[in-house]
Amino acid sequence: MNVKALIFTCLFPVAAFAQGFAGLGTDAEGFSVPIPDKEFSFPDDHGPHPDYRIEWWYLTANLADSEGKSYGLQWTLFRSALEPVERAGWQSPQVWFAHAAVTTPDTHFATERFARGGIGQAGVEADPFHAWIDEWHLKGPDFDTLHMQAYGPDFGYDMQLQSKGPLVFHGSRGFSVKSSSGQSSYYYSQPFYKISGTLHLPTGPKKVTGDAWLDREWSSQPLAENQLGWDWFSLSFDDGAKLMGFQLREKSNSSYTSATWIGPEGKTETFPDGRFTVIPIETSRINGREVPTSWRVKLPEKDIDVTVSAMNNNAWMDLTISYWEGPVSVTGNKSGRGYLEMTGYE
Amino acid sequence: MNRKFSTILQALLSHWQRKPLQLVTFIGGLALATALWSGVQAVNSEARKSYDAAAATLGEGQFDQLVPRVGNTIPLVTYIKLRRNGWLVSPVIEGQLNGIRIVGVDALTSPGELPDLQLSDNTPLQDFLGKGTIYANQETALALNISVPVQISSNVAPGIAITDISVAQDILAREDLTRLMVANTHSLNREELAVIAPDLRLQPSQQSADLGELTESFHLNLTAFGLLSFAVGIFIVHSTIGLAFEQRRATLRTLRALGVSLISLIIAVIFEIFTLAIFGATIGILLGYFVAAALLPDVASTLSSLYGAHVAGTLQLRAEWWLSGYAMALFGTVVAITGKLWQIASMPILVSAQPRAWAMTVGRGRTLQAIIALLLISGALALLGFGKGLVAGFAMLGCLLLGAALALPTIIEKCLGFVQGHVRGVISQWFLADTRQQIPGLSLALMALLLAIAANIGVSTMVSSFRQTFVEFLDQRLAPELFVRIEDLGKSAAVEAALTANADEVLLLYSRKASVRGIPVEIDGIRVGKTYRDNWRLLAAEEKVWDRLATGEVIIANEQFARRAGYWVGDIVSFAGKDLLLGGVAGDYGNPLGQIILGEKLYRELYPDDRAFRFGARTTDQEALKMAVQAQTGLPDSAFTNQADIKSFSLQVFERTFAVTAALNVLTLVVAGFAMFTSLLTLADLRVPQLAPVWALGLSRRELGKLEVLRTLVFAAVVCVLALPLGLALAWILLSVINVEAFGWRLPMFLFPADYAQLLAYALLAAFLAALWPAIRLARIAPNTLLKVFAHER
Repeated sequence: MNVKALIFTCLFPVAAFAQGFAGLGTDAEGFSVPIPDKEFSFPDDHGPHPDYRIEWWYLTANLADSEGKSYGLQWTLFRSALEPVERAGWQSPQVWFAHAAVTTPDTHFATERFARGGIGQAGVEADPFHAWIDEWHLKGPDFDTLHMQAYGPDFGYDMQLQSKGPLVFHGSRGFSVKSSSGQSSYYYSQPFYKISGTLHLPTGPKKVTGDAWLDREWSSQPLAENQLGWDWFSLSFDDGAKLMGFQLREKSNSSYTSATWIGPEGKTETFPDGRFTVIPIETSRINGREVPTSWRVKLPEKDIDVTVSAMNNNAWMDLTISYWEGPVSVTGNKSGRGYLEMTGYE
Repeated sequence: MNRKFSTILQALLSHWQRKPLQLVTFIGGLALATALWSGVQAVNSEARKSYDAAAATLGEGQFDQLVPRVGNTIPLVTYIKLRRNGWLVSPVIEGQLNGIRIVGVDALTSPGELPDLQLSDNTPLQDFLGKGTIYANQETALALNISVPVQISSNVAPGIAITDISVAQDILAREDLTRLMVANTHSLNREELAVIAPDLRLQPSQQSADLGELTESFHLNLTAFGLLSFAVGIFIVHSTIGLAFEQRRATLRTLRALGVSLISLIIAVIFEIFTLAIFGATIGILLGYFVAAALLPDVASTLSSLYGAHVAGTLQLRAEWWLSGYAMALFGTVVAITGKLWQIASMPILVSAQPRAWAMTVGRGRTLQAIIALLLISGALALLGFGKGLVAGFAMLGCLLLGAALALPTIIEKCLGFVQGHVRGVISQWFLADTRQQIPGLSLALMALLLAIAANIGVSTMVSSFRQTFVEFLDQRLAPELFVRIEDLGKSAAVEAALTANADEVLLLYSRKASVRGIPVEIDGIRVGKTYRDNWRLLAAEEKVWDRLATGEVIIANEQFARRAGYWVGDIVSFAGKDLLLGGVAGDYGNPLGQIILGEKLYRELYPDDRAFRFGARTTDQEALKMAVQAQTGLPDSAFTNQADIKSFSLQVFERTFAVTAALNVLTLVVAGFAMFTSLLTLADLRVPQLAPVWALGLSRRELGKLEVLRTLVFAAVVCVLALPLGLALAWILLSVINVEAFGWRLPMFLFPADYAQLLAYALLAAFLAALWPAIRLARIAPNTLLKVFAHER
C-alpha cells in the first residue's frame, strides 16, 4: 500500500468517515476526550488542542456578486494528531491539512494542502488569531475581524470578515454528543460573519459579499463504530434565524441527529436525537456515486418543514479525502440559504 | 490428435531418433541464440526498471527541482518561506551512509506518488512519519547496516534507502535540506523565486533526467551483442533444418506416395519444427536467465560507476523475457523453415529421393548477395559522411558488418579461384575446386565466424585504447598527492591557509552548477600553478593558454561540453553575461558532464560569494600534511582523500566497466565456433558421394580426413585475414563515432598486434576443433559406406 493512501485511509478519522468509516479512531489511545461542562476560555480555545486527535477550523460562506449571481466558498484547516503531543521540528506528530473550494452555479473548484506541525508550515495561534497553511490564512487582530485567503492552481479568494453576533455553543454548552453510545466533541460556531472580498476565477476576479459561518470542533473519538457518515446542514433563514443540524447515518439504516436553533440575536435552543429529521428526496449521480442533492428537512418544534436543494449538484470535493460540500437554497415554509456537507458516500 | 496425423508425425520424428546429434544441434543452436538474446534483454530491462524506480523514488525527471546555487544545503526557513509564498515544493534530504544513498522525504507534501513501499494496510502511519523506519530493497538493506529498523520493499530503487525526513536528518546528523521538488501545478498566488529565495536555482526536470540518455548507448551496445549472437544462432538453426529436410526427402516422398495429403504433411512438419523450437527456446530462455544473472553484477557496477545509475544486482524472471525470447526463437524458425515448406509443396511425388547436393543450390543468389553487400558498404560510407547521432553510428556499424559478411563468400570464392589458377598437381587442384564448391554450404558459418572475430578485434581495440588513454589521463589529473573536500564553506579560508603553510603547492577549486546553451555544466574556478602547466595535456589550445587563463583572458572547456555545444578553441562562449574566448579544450574521460574552467581571478569576479571547497596539495609526506591541516582546522578524516586511493578506485571502475564486454566477446566466439561445427557436421554427411570417387581413386580415408581439417583451416585463415581490417574499422567507428556521440569524447586509437595474433590463434583453434570430429568420422567411415555410393548411383 502506498504511503499517501495509507495516511489518508487509515489514520485520519475524517478520511475514515469519507471511506465509509471503518471502525478506526474510536479508541482514544492516550488522547484527551471531551467531557461535559467544560469552561471554554477565549481566546485560547480558538487555538489548537494538540492533546485531542482531531480538530478543525471550518468556514463556509454564501456569497453574491453585484449582478445577484450566487457563489459558495469553503476554507477549512484540519489538524490530526498521531500522538497527543506537539514536538518542534520534523519529529512533530501533528499533521495539518486544508481544503479550499469555490462553488459557482455551474462550476466547482476545490484544492487541498498538507503540512507537518513543528516546522512552521502550518498552525494556529490564538492571540492574535492566526490560522495558516502555506500561503493560505485566516487571521486578524481577534476572532471577530479576520482576513482570509486561499489559492489553488486555477482559483483563489481574498476575503474580509466581520462578526455581527456572539459565538454559539452547540449541544450542552459546547459539548456535542455524536452517538447514543456517547461519542462526543467540543463544538462552537461563529455564524454571524459578514464577508466581502474577491473571488479569483478563471473568468477573472469577481467582487462578492455575503454571510459566512465558522465552525470550531475538536475531539478524539468522533464517530461510533456503526456510523457510516454524516449529513450536516447550516441554514440561515431570511428572517435572521439560523439552524445547525446534523444526522449521523448508522449501519442499521437508522440515524442519530442533533440540532441547534439560533435566534437572530444568537440565543440558542438545542434539540436531542430524533427531533431534527432529514430525508433525501432527490439524488444525483456525481463521480460515479449516488449523492442526495435535495433534502426534506424538518424541525417540528420550530415549525420547520423545508426543502434544501444544492445550488450546484456537482459540488464534489474530489480530494485525497472526498466528500460533498456546497451551498444550498432553502424553500418551503421558510426560505433562506446555507451550506450542506455530506460524507460517507464513497 | 487423430491417428493418421500421429503416424505422420512419428515418421517425421523417427529421423531425429536416428540422428540424435542433429537434434542436439537444432535445439542447441536455437537455445544458444535465444539464451544470449534473452539474457541481454533481461539485463537491459532490469536496468531500465531500476532507473524508473530511481526516478520515482527521487522525483528526478518528473519534477523540477530547486537546488542551491552554491553548496548543497537549503535551510528549513527557506523551505517554509517558499511554502508560505505559494511555492508547492517538497523537501528532500539526501546523504550517504555506508555507501547507500539515504533519501528523506516528506510524504505529506511530496508531489505525485512516492514509490509503492508495499506497506501492509495496518502499518501504523507513525512508522513512516517520524518513528524511524527505513525502506530499502533486500540488497540495500543488508549493506545499510544501521540500528534503525529497515523494512524490505522491493519497489525501492537499488542503492537507495527511503525514509521520513525526520529519520534521515537523524541518521545523517544534519538539520538542513538538500533540494526541493517542485509540484507540477502551482498556486495562483506564487511569488517570484528571485524575491523569495534568491539563493536557489530552478533546475528543470529534463536536465536531471539525462541518466537514460547517458546509459542508452551502453544498452544499445548490449542489444547489438544480443542480436549478433541471435543472428549466429539462427545460422545454426537454418543449416540444421536444411540438413534435416534434405535427409528426409525420401521419407517425405514416401509419405506423399502413401497418400498423405500435402496439407497434412505441411501441418505435421510445422507442428514438429515448432514444438522443437519451443523446447529449444525454453531451454534458451532459462540459460539466458543464468547468463543475465552472471552478467548483471558487472553491468550494475559499470552503470553505477560510470553514470551513478544504480541497478539491482538481483534478477527477477519476468513475463516479458519469456515473450520476447519465444518471439525471437519462433521468428528465427519461421525464417529458417519457410523455404523448406515451399520445397515440400512444390516437390513432385515421384522425384528421386536422393539427397541432392543441397548445399549447391544455396549459392545461386550469390551475385545478388554481392550486390547487396556492396550497397550496404556504400551505405556505411554514406552514413560516415552525412549521418549524425548515435543511431546513425550504430546503423553505420550494422551496414558495415552485414555488408562485409555478405561479401565474404564472393571474396573467398575469388581468392580460391585465383590460387587455383596458380597451383599444379591433381590433389591441390581437386582440393581447391572442392573447397570452392563447399563455400555455399559453409558460408553462413563463415560469416558468423567473421562477425565474431571482427567484433572481438573491434571491441578489444576499443577497450585497450580506452584503458591506455584513461591511465595516462589519471596520471595527469591525479598529480596532487592529497585531496581535501570541505562541506562547511566557512572553513575554506582556514583550510587554504593551513595547506599553503604546509604543502609544496596548493590547487584550489571553486565550483558551481549552471546551464550554458541549455547544457548542464559545472563551472570550475582554478588557481593556475606549476602542476596544471606540467601535467595537463590539452587536446587543443591557444598559445600560452595557462597564462591567459590565469589573467581571465581565456577559458578552458572539457571536450564533452565543447562537442555538445559545438565550440572549439578560438570560439567565443557567452555566459554569465560575458563573452569569453575558449582558449583550450581538455580531455576529460569518464565524466558525463560538461565542464568550463575559469581562472581564479575571473571566477571570483563573476561569483564573488563562492568559496573554494575542493583542494589538491602537492607534498612528499601526505600523512604529515593531513595531520597538520587537521590540527589547524579540525577537519574530519572523511574530508581527506589519498591520490593512490582515487587512482585505484578509478581503475577498478574501469576494469569492471569492460568485464561485461569481455564476457560477451567470449560468448560470441563460442557461438560462432559452434555454428562452424554444425555446418561441417551437416556437410560431412552430404559429402560422402563426392568423396567416394576420390577415395576410389586412391586417396586414403585418413588423408581425406586431414584434407578436411586443412580445408577448414584455410577457410578460417581467410576469414581471419579479412576479419582484421573489418575489426579495426569497427574499432574506429566505436572510438571516433559512437563514443563521441554517446559519451562526448573521442578516444585516440591504439593498435595491439599481440592481442590480435592471440585472438586469431584462438579463432583458428576453434575452427580446428570444429573440424576435428567430422574429420575423424570421415577417417573412420566404413569402406562399404563409400562403396554404397557407387551401388546407389542413379
